[in-house]
Amino acid sequence: MKRSNTFLLTMLGFGFAFFYVPILSMIVYSFNASRLATVWGGFSTKWYGTLLSNAQVGKALTLSLEIAVISSTTATILGTMAGIALARFTTFRGRTLFSGLVTAPLIMPEVITGISSLIFFILLGQYLGWPAARGFTTVTLAHITFSMVFVTTIVQSRMLSADRAIEEAAMDLGAKPWQVLRDVTLPVISPAILSGWLLAFTISMDDVVITNFTTGPGTTTLPILIWSKVKLGVTPDINALATLIVLTVGLCVLAAGVGMNRAERRAERDRRLAYRANQ
Amino acid sequence: MTEPLVRIEGVSKSFGSFQAVKNVSLQIEKGEIFSLLGGSGCGKTTLLRMLAGFEAPTQGRIFIDGVDMAAVPPWERPVHMMFQSYALFPHMTVEKNIGYGLKHDAMSNAGRQARVREMLELVQLTPFATRKPHQISGGQRQRVALARALARQPKLLLLDEPLAALDKKLREHTQFELMSIQERTGVTFIVVTHDQEEAMTLSDRIAVMDQGVVRQVGRPGAVYEFPNSKFVANFLGSINAFDAKVTAIGEQISVDVPALGQTVIARAVAGVSVGQSLTMALRPEKITIHRAPVEGANVLAGGVKDLAYFGKDSLYRVALPSGALVSVHAVNAARASDDERLADWDDKVWLSFDPASVLLLTD
Ligand SMILES: Nc1ncnc2c1ncn2[C@@H]1O[C@H](COP(=O)(O)OP(=O)(O)OP(=O)(O)O)[C@@H](O)[C@H]1O
Ligand SMILES: [Mg+2]
Repeated sequence: MKRSNTFLLTMLGFGFAFFYVPILSMIVYSFNASRLATVWGGFSTKWYGTLLSNAQVGKALTLSLEIAVISSTTATILGTMAGIALARFTTFRGRTLFSGLVTAPLIMPEVITGISSLIFFILLGQYLGWPAARGFTTVTLAHITFSMVFVTTIVQSRMLSADRAIEEAAMDLGAKPWQVLRDVTLPVISPAILSGWLLAFTISMDDVVITNFTTGPGTTTLPILIWSKVKLGVTPDINALATLIVLTVGLCVLAAGVGMNRAERRAERDRRLAYRANQ
Repeated sequence: MTEPLVRIEGVSKSFGSFQAVKNVSLQIEKGEIFSLLGGSGCGKTTLLRMLAGFEAPTQGRIFIDGVDMAAVPPWERPVHMMFQSYALFPHMTVEKNIGYGLKHDAMSNAGRQARVREMLELVQLTPFATRKPHQISGGQRQRVALARALARQPKLLLLDEPLAALDKKLREHTQFELMSIQERTGVTFIVVTHDQEEAMTLSDRIAVMDQGVVRQVGRPGAVYEFPNSKFVANFLGSINAFDAKVTAIGEQISVDVPALGQTVIARAVAGVSVGQSLTMALRPEKITIHRAPVEGANVLAGGVKDLAYFGKDSLYRVALPSGALVSVHAVNAARASDDERLADWDDKVWLSFDPASVLLLTD
């Protein structure tokens, strides 16, 4: 008993270490005074200063955020529509093909998606003259294309588990189909839509491969910037940047945890209310 | 003749090759509580859904208030439905749920609020107006669903197993509540149920369904006492049924019942002929049990094989010499201790019944 406990704890320790030691060392080295990434030269925060005064990083971050917001929002709108359609119209012609087409990109290697997007944009440029060059627009379009399927999948599974009867009830009470969508369907699946948006946003924020294929000169997103800098050797300001990203992600996870905890407590209170209403 | 509120004419519904509803014709009058009674999967919900407009009949027509409903979408029908699962909007409060239908009516805000308050009072949920559906109990949810369906003053209210999710005590209480609400509002109810007692208690008329077909329509008493088939007799209450053959027709009808080893006399009915094979059926409560031999026709002798004591009544299973078992339901009218009971295990008893109680079923 005792023995297996120790064993399990050791395993757990290794597991965590495996994941977090690299991150920790990166954080520690972001406070390195030395210019050499691998030699400790004393504590310093100067790289954060360098980072903040680096216009290139600021520009890349803004660009990434812009692309992520636009692409995830568009992908959410398109993906939600596709998800609802797939869940509701179960018998339209070509449904199997359509749902296959929707889920295929989930398992398609990113390189393939990237190359095909690139070729598509080049062809479009040749025959239509648009897009003239690759850059912001093409990256955003590519991001929409491949993050949409994630939204679709999430929304579709939420729709399938939702009670069909509440939509019928609304219709029965005089709501036309678009009113049913606005008043009932969308509010009920809104948590799924939100998580779809968050997923699309994150995917867009940290995508390197597809962006690499579809971007052009002057359009450097944050992941691309980091990637190209690291190719020239890891510098401490990259460590600082990565540390800030880790910090942001950590705060988000913490906030989500607190939010979930609160929702859990609210649900508990509701259960007690319902129970007391029974008395 | 005045036009009935609902006229269903030869309606059938197929899902692929499966026929869920077969050639149903019904007329439902204004102000009635009409029950659709039948076993699981017999097409009750499908019929309701066609009335509400969620399914289109494969064949036949439905008229509500004289208007052909074929081209009328669900949101324009003067019909509201109370769903089996209640289908309350989870993200809206009780009062928003109840008021939802009113949003689609041309109505002042104040009028709307007054109507919601009125409905809350009707179902006694005023203190819970601002709760969400998951914050109230099952019985209260059922009442919200009812109030929501009634708020727009439909001509017809469809209730799909309205009481199925409630426990026994609450169900009995709610039955009477439903009836009194129906009386006060005057709305016509069509209630789907598979609980025969519920159907008998609630309804003005009952339609018994079996595998998509309506087997019999009538007042509860008529359907119970004069079932037109073995299926209906068995579905409403219980019966002792035996194969029989008509031997003579006069003032009364004589049938030979091999399982009982004797001839049984029944009241004359139309549509039988000598030599015809049919089912002779007797309801257990129509049989009297005696401790001493009795004279006359329709007397059977046997021994008590089983006895179930329910308090207000008892069920006896009497074995006849031929081996047939007859169930007898007797009210325990007199107070008796265990050893002075009407009859006990292995006691010899005599059973008698009136010719008028004998059911001759040809179907
Ligand atoms: N959309 C559908 N597609 C295929 N078959 C269906 C569909 N809806 C109902 N059925 C079938 O039609 C038959 C009747 O169903 P229905 O829901 O009307 O039964 P019910 O009488 O309401 O039963 P229950 O008492 O169990 O609710 C069932 O056999 C069911 O499987
Ligand atoms: Mg049903």
